Amino acid sequence: MARFVMEFERPLAELEEKLAELKRLDIAVTPELADEISGLEAEIEKLHETLYAALSPWEKVQVSRHPERPKTQDYVEMLFDDVIELHGDRAFGDDEAIMTALATLDGRRCMVIGHRKGKNTKENIKRNFGSPHPEGFRKARRAMKLAEKFGLPVVTFIDTQGAFPGLEAEQRGQAWAIAENLATLASLRTPVIAVGIGEGGSGGALAIGFGDRLIMLENAYYSVITPEACASIIFKDATRAPEAAPCLAMTADDLMRLGLADEIIREPRGGAHRDPASVFASVARVVGEALGQLAGVPLDELVEERHRRLEAIGVYDE
Amino acid sequence: MPISDWFKAREGRKYTTTSADAPGDLPDGVWVKCPSCKHTLYQGDLDRVADVCLHCGHHFDIDAPRRIELLVDEGTFEETEAGLTSVDPLRFNAAKPYTESLAKAKAASGLPEAIVTGRALVGGHPVVLGVLDFRFIAGSMGSAVGEKIARAFRLAKREDRAVIMVTRSGGARMQEGMLSLMQMAKTAAEVGRLASAGLPYISVLANPTMGGVTASFAVLADVIFAEPGALVGFAGQRIIEQTIHQSLPKNFRTAEYFEEYGMLDAVVPRGELTTTIALTLDYLAGAGVPAAAEGAACRIVSAGGET
Repeated sequence: MARFVMEFERPLAELEEKLAELKRLDIAVTPELADEISGLEAEIEKLHETLYAALSPWEKVQVSRHPERPKTQDYVEMLFDDVIELHGDRAFGDDEAIMTALATLDGRRCMVIGHRKGKNTKENIKRNFGSPHPEGFRKARRAMKLAEKFGLPVVTFIDTQGAFPGLEAEQRGQAWAIAENLATLASLRTPVIAVGIGEGGSGGALAIGFGDRLIMLENAYYSVITPEACASIIFKDATRAPEAAPCLAMTADDLMRLGLADEIIREPRGGAHRDPASVFASVARVVGEALGQLAGVPLDELVEERHRRLEAIGVYDE
Repeated sequence: MPISDWFKAREGRKYTTTSADAPGDLPDGVWVKCPSCKHTLYQGDLDRVADVCLHCGHHFDIDAPRRIELLVDEGTFEETEAGLTSVDPLRFNAAKPYTESLAKAKAASGLPEAIVTGRALVGGHPVVLGVLDFRFIAGSMGSAVGEKIARAFRLAKREDRAVIMVTRSGGARMQEGMLSLMQMAKTAAEVGRLASAGLPYISVLANPTMGGVTASFAVLADVIFAEPGALVGFAGQRIIEQTIHQSLPKNFRTAEYFEEYGMLDAVVPRGELTTTIALTLDYLAGAGVPAAAEGAACRIVSAGGET
């Protein structure tokens, strides 16, 4: 199957194509081809190593957006059992850009909340490319309150470019919906584990994106603003996003350095889409451990500790 | 500079801040042209009427010191956390270094940070007041602003005071990256803690209130007021137009627009703001609190913001 090629992978893709061409030639007719093929193979292997060894922030953004990258529904399907999806915000509609579900991880009953992108154009249109409207955030909030009421820990999967910037979204109170979620999450009397699996764009990510733990996949990003939007403000030119990305301190490593993330889950070389099964296993293990650590904590203490985490965030002078 | 010096410096002033689009052909500081109705106004008159156009009611943008002067009982403002300021944790440098933006903002505003907080009395009610100043990197919220807001809420809780926040902001401060985004969660958490102590929180959305400030503490208030004509919203105007490929309706996301869609309690003209807040506190702050300012007692705020 032809793999989606990211911009920075192009040199590698070209070599691989050339190799495939050579292999199609008849080696019996031109025996010197064998040397050329093995030389090319070595070159490809070397490039493979250097290309993915230290991805730049902008390259990670591309990996985080890779169309074949595992998405919220993949994690729900592969990690959890006995899934019951819950629909709607009880006020306006059912926003498919957010998924909420009762689900069981290794015998632990949970509430799962995640941004939901589509796997293809048709799905993406239905799910608005994972960019929620207010009703999506309100659906998430309803799931949070339900989880709190019945003592279910909340596991969230963050994967959005941001809250949808549209006319109706604003009209129905995008800012209000996000703010309510922040207040709700900050004081929710049940454990909350947030996992950055892909894109973490601004307030729309934060609205389901913090709690007692923040776990980041290696190539996931989480940012105050997308690099494109940042570039369009600073340089008046969105195409200069690659220059803006390193300034924003948005990679998993940056978040660890700033004390905002608790753990990074390493991805297979080239990104999670190269070997989803290994990523599912890692996420299941890390989330399972976090659930175990938080399970016995008295709720007053849990919420106090979450407040302390939030209070400590910020670097300033006084 | 402490805010008290600010007031002193203002005593001999010739003019106050007006909209950026004030015309340059008028003698500086004495006459001002209203950007809405184009009438020429005498600055001395504007001072008397809270910087609202006498002809069309246009609300001129005002800075934090002026806002405090208009809002609190005379002589009661006592600034807090004046020494808490921004640093450059990410060594941000795209197009221009953050340190340069900070230095420029301090010079332009005369303020150490984009928010001024302090204790005050409003209509006799003890409050903690926070006012964002748009001249300081668009009133954006970074670590220092978030921390000052958090401390304002904690101070109110400790001293049994109501909180009043007046917002004018472009949103989260990009130059501090995720540290800024997380201030949204941090301030939202503090609103919740004040609420659990049963203390009132009133916000006033002034022009403009956008992005991560709207989507956190600003709209979590018990009662939300907004100034006439103030632009309020989440996403930037240009980003919405680019996304939906159409131009936006004229009154889109004004204070009046959101009042119509049920997202805020009332649009209140600036001249009535102090008495309206004081009266609201009479209701929310419980017994044993001094009555609101004279003349406020019989005013009823209707949907149209009229008496």
